Amino acid sequence: MALLEIENLTVTFQTGDGPVNAVNGVSLGIDTQETLAIVGESGSGKSQTAFAAMGLLAQNGVATGKVRFDGKNLLELPQAALNKVRSQEIAMIFQDPMTSLNPYMRISDQMAEVLTLHKGISKRAAVAEAVKILDAVRIPDAKARITMYPHEFSGGMRQRIMIAMALLCRPRLLIADEPTTALDVTVQAQIMQLLGEIRREFGTAIILITHDLGIVADFCDRTLVMYGGQIMEEGATTDVFASPSHPYTLGLLKAVPRLDRDDDILQTIAGEPPDMSRLPKGCPFTPRCTFRQDSCDDIRPALTDFDGTRRRACHVPTQEVA
Amino acid sequence: MSSTTNEPILSVQDLAVTFDVRPEGAWPWTKPLKLSAVGGVSFDLKPGECLGVVGESGSGKSTLARAIVGTVPSSGGRIVFEGKDLAAMDVRQRRGHRKDVQMIFQDPLAALNPRMPVGDIIAEPLVTHYPNTPRAEVKARVAELMDRVGLLPNLINRYPHEFSGGQCQRIGIARALILRPKLLICDEPVSALDVSVQAQVVNLLAELRRDMGLSMIFIAHDLSVVKHISDRIVVMYLGRFMESAAARKLCTRPEHPYTQALISSVPIPDPVKERARKRPVLEGELPSPLRPPSGCVFRTRCPKAQESCVRHLPAISDLGDGHLVACPFHAPAEVLAPA
Repeated sequence: MALLEIENLTVTFQTGDGPVNAVNGVSLGIDTQETLAIVGESGSGKSQTAFAAMGLLAQNGVATGKVRFDGKNLLELPQAALNKVRSQEIAMIFQDPMTSLNPYMRISDQMAEVLTLHKGISKRAAVAEAVKILDAVRIPDAKARITMYPHEFSGGMRQRIMIAMALLCRPRLLIADEPTTALDVTVQAQIMQLLGEIRREFGTAIILITHDLGIVADFCDRTLVMYGGQIMEEGATTDVFASPSHPYTLGLLKAVPRLDRDDDILQTIAGEPPDMSRLPKGCPFTPRCTFRQDSCDDIRPALTDFDGTRRRACHVPTQEVA
Repeated sequence: MSSTTNEPILSVQDLAVTFDVRPEGAWPWTKPLKLSAVGGVSFDLKPGECLGVVGESGSGKSTLARAIVGTVPSSGGRIVFEGKDLAAMDVRQRRGHRKDVQMIFQDPLAALNPRMPVGDIIAEPLVTHYPNTPRAEVKARVAELMDRVGLLPNLINRYPHEFSGGQCQRIGIARALILRPKLLICDEPVSALDVSVQAQVVNLLAELRRDMGLSMIFIAHDLSVVKHISDRIVVMYLGRFMESAAARKLCTRPEHPYTQALISSVPIPDPVKERARKRPVLEGELPSPLRPPSGCVFRTRCPKAQESCVRHLPAISDLGDGHLVACPFHAPAEVLAPA
């Protein structure tokens, strides 16, 4: 059974320019101990999907659909029950570790707070537990440094602290929203290695939200590609990369320069990402798509199964996308 | 690439940039600390060549760019542009050379004045350096450049906030090119852009470079992009030179332990190759530039570090073909899985 199941999720923001549909009918599932990548560019709705599932939408956002975790629909859960799930079952880490940590609190206080609040243990025991977790994420000399403030740590160390904090209650699902985007490549490699160890040691399922196809290739079992608030395709990472079934995925893979290749010119996807307040009626990728057919303008392609394990939303037959 | 007999258009020799920093909580009369942002960096840029500069944050790559453009003063060494040392000039003399060296920036929106329409933004360098240019000519040049960088002419009266990131970067490129510079310095020009738009801007820069015979310095932290656009790459770490070589050579057979670590950290978007790769992950973090390690600055994280690295600055070995490496224990390594 799936650990988390999202069914027909829609997120709408009321803005001065009218309603904006950031997420349109997204359905996905993740099993225990699985790693799922949600790949997309800015505005694709990848982060809002996770925020909606966690009940973290901005004030003007409304989510409809179902987000099932352990048989409970998180969207309908009362605040107190939702807080319990969010603290003990699902944890989230964000792109910018500086803004996610409280600059006025010592690391020890921030981390102990999580445990005293949710597990009801003493402050002293909580700090001891926090030191253990900081050791596990390899903060050197954790015992002495736990009394320091966030600004005294480097970006990579802060992200380690965020990960440690997320792990305090041993969640079954970790949602990592662009966890390495603000970091240097060598530090990114360290953090990804750490997330890999956590997956193996704690058996945590991980949803990795990112725009970086490179870290997806290395890290994730399954990959889901989003564009314009919708799922374009989904499948095992190896399948999606080896034979992309959607024109957008195909274009994206060709547009990334690669260290192991010598291309003269990069193939580009013409045009710009869509304006989410004025999405086309049909497939959101239509205006930039080289495989465009007449039906694409008016009829939104449904996400359909193919090849047994994969899903895609495109009117063009799979074998023609290459 | 240009032939080797050509005189370099730009020759940076032993460049140093130091900043005075006052530590937090220090008394106003205490002597400020010296932060050496760039030290002992040398390279030549041939006409029409594109030189990539890579390094992580704090490597001094942006400071290097700013020193060449002249927005931060250098504290040592020479910046020889077309035979004249820019670093030795006073402000007035140097102003005459600014039109030859132009720059584009990382955050395309922040680099544009939000209260100026796009047409004026692009025209501004021309109007500043040649105030007597007739209005009609200015207008024609702006239209020509907008067309050249792929902006529709009817957008000329719009304001920066009405454009997407990719379009803003095109505006920045048009503004930099209106003076017909000889050297274009691009400081992280595509890192703020989405992948699909990034490829468009990279291709545009490559095309402009070819068509206009521009020399370019392309600074970025993304080695894949730098390799794609550059003829030669310089690797920096903590303000110091590590290695330089032809782009392909540097990526396939790097000699310096840092370059090797850097390349092995770059993920390749191919699950089969990526999972088969050996990835020695670099331990530790960048040391503080206020207290850089003695000897070789990389030694604290270097897998090959020895006693002597603590005491001596690494000598630069010339391996031929412009391949220079600042490490006495250099050895080639295949860090990418064989293609």
